[in-house]
Amino acid sequence: MNLHEYQARELLGRYGIAFPHGGVATTPAEARDIAARIGGGGPVVVKAQVHAGGRGKAGGVKVASDPTEAADHAGRMLGSTIRGLAVERVLVVPATTIATEAYVGLIVDREKQAPVLMVSAAGGVDIEEVAGTTPQRIQRVSIDPRYGLLPHQAAAPAFHLYRDATLARAAAELMQRLYTAFYAIGASLIEINPLATTPDGALVPLDAKIVIDDSELPRHPDLVELRDPQSEDPAERTARAAGLSFIKLKGSVGCCVNGAGLAMATMDLVKFYGGEPANFLDIGGSSNPQKVVAALQIITADSSVRAILFNIFGGITRCDDVANGIVQATRELRVRVPIVIRLTGTNEAAALAILTQAGFSAVTDMDQAVERAVYLAGSEGTP
Amino acid sequence: MSVFIDGRTRVVVQGITGRDGSFHARQMMAYGTSIVAGVTPGRGGERFEHRVPVFNTMSEAMQETDPRPNTAVIYVPAMNAAAAIYEAADAGIALIVCITEGIPVLDMTRVMPYLRERSVRLIGPNCPGLISPGKSKVGIIPGNICREGRVGVVSRSGTLTYEIVHQLSTHGFGQSTCVGIGGDPIIGTRFVDCLAAFEDDPETDAVVMIGEIGGTDEQHAAAFVQSAMRKPVIGFIAGRTAPPGRRMGHAGAIVSGTGGGAADKITAFERAGIRVMDRPADVVPLLTEPR
Repeated sequence: MNLHEYQARELLGRYGIAFPHGGVATTPAEARDIAARIGGGGPVVVKAQVHAGGRGKAGGVKVASDPTEAADHAGRMLGSTIRGLAVERVLVVPATTIATEAYVGLIVDREKQAPVLMVSAAGGVDIEEVAGTTPQRIQRVSIDPRYGLLPHQAAAPAFHLYRDATLARAAAELMQRLYTAFYAIGASLIEINPLATTPDGALVPLDAKIVIDDSELPRHPDLVELRDPQSEDPAERTARAAGLSFIKLKGSVGCCVNGAGLAMATMDLVKFYGGEPANFLDIGGSSNPQKVVAALQIITADSSVRAILFNIFGGITRCDDVANGIVQATRELRVRVPIVIRLTGTNEAAALAILTQAGFSAVTDMDQAVERAVYLAGSEGTP
Repeated sequence: MSVFIDGRTRVVVQGITGRDGSFHARQMMAYGTSIVAGVTPGRGGERFEHRVPVFNTMSEAMQETDPRPNTAVIYVPAMNAAAAIYEAADAGIALIVCITEGIPVLDMTRVMPYLRERSVRLIGPNCPGLISPGKSKVGIIPGNICREGRVGVVSRSGTLTYEIVHQLSTHGFGQSTCVGIGGDPIIGTRFVDCLAAFEDDPETDAVVMIGEIGGTDEQHAAAFVQSAMRKPVIGFIAGRTAPPGRRMGHAGAIVSGTGGGAADKITAFERAGIRVMDRPADVVPLLTEPR
């Protein structure tokens, strides 16, 4: 789960990482009031609150010289879209005179199976870009979670960033606090970028990004409330509520599969036969017919879907349960596109009988079903 | 022989009275797995299926079961699963198979060093477990799709594994062991560990490795195949059509900016001499094709 910048700043504030005071506005008038209050009539920065990388380049971060201009910027941003995402809030913060910009981040290193602190003097820009072009500019400190980020492990990158001992000590302390927050909130990513210094020698975090591990959410009901429903695709939101894993894609073959690996392999096979998958959809290991109904609802709501493909390998999932779900769903919903069904495994014979009786045809071979669905979707495939 | 489990595997089921645990305990017993004990706190003293003793704790299960269990399989809910792994390790279990999905990644960062210090092998989490056809099944892989034979299968997926195992079985290729290593970013047993075990197993002639997008374990596996394996390896990578930056169901299946895409993995496989399937149905043709 991604947090907005304003949420990340507030959350990290609880762990002693102080960002310049700002305010969140949903109208230009609010933005003007906040700018007047925090900027003392001077310059402020107006920042669109969307979950999009490259927000600055897309016009989502603007400096305003006074409250009136802040209201103007807010007016242009609010209600607009940035990289396809609607801007509903802007954050207004005082403008900071920047001397240097660094990057500080924490992620879990899959390879080492441990958290890693990443620090770079090349802050302010996309760290992925730095990682790709000049990886030597990123310092990595692998952390043993049994002992946490040890003082010297924070001091080394801090002194790498700053010759001034006061600044370095402040940076090391910030890294320690960041590490404490990382485990406390169950993050999979925390970034402060940029971590700025001012010409008068103060350390100032200016932007924060936090991604929470969804698996941690049952432990953190307070964080669940931070989820911004508007930042998700509506179909993906509906799917999540129904316990399905769904991702919208651009093609015309709607896919409904049990298991994430098989769902990916099914999408790949659609492509192999010349079609394009309309979605990734994993109904999971459950045989609950209601899940099948929800899945079909989501797939049929997509007007670009020209054929629907079921691919079920019954193991724990019982094929007859899925068959009943398909029959029930097609009674409840008006499905206007052809449905191709592949079922094999547990209770396959019963499933085929249920589907045949309801007027569907079903096959047991994956390739045959995918090829047929691609053909029916009118792609470049052969029947 | 087989890898990790065999006819001497004696299993304690953690979460044996739960919905999933009880169902799969029965399935394992029906397959012939030696289920010697179960653990559910608060249910100690009961008998599962009138036969298997249930204990409150793992240490009780270890002390009071004779012969002692050597393997634990975990079906407890995600928020308690890390605790169940620690408990099994402290009780002296050498092989822990964790089926549970949704364990926080940061929990696993603490579990892994604990297990390493105690030389405990973990398979999973978020995995279907493993099966040595005709000998033992620990986890949830349907026994009826497998048959005894000499192909080793290792996979990050569940149902996709079943699909490929099904292809093998229906064409007469049985399996020595099928290992589902799990779809999470941090897992206890990785491709390289399984490949090494299959290479050393005299009853395995060839290996099928089923990878997917996310991480770089497939690249490490490819390097291992090239440098340390004589047995033929066939590979598959799921997620060629997956968009970057989106998690495809499995917590670990995500193409991030630093790599993990299907193309890189396929290239690494091919360079290491691993023949790559374009689709699951290619497994048998590639296995029978002369090298």
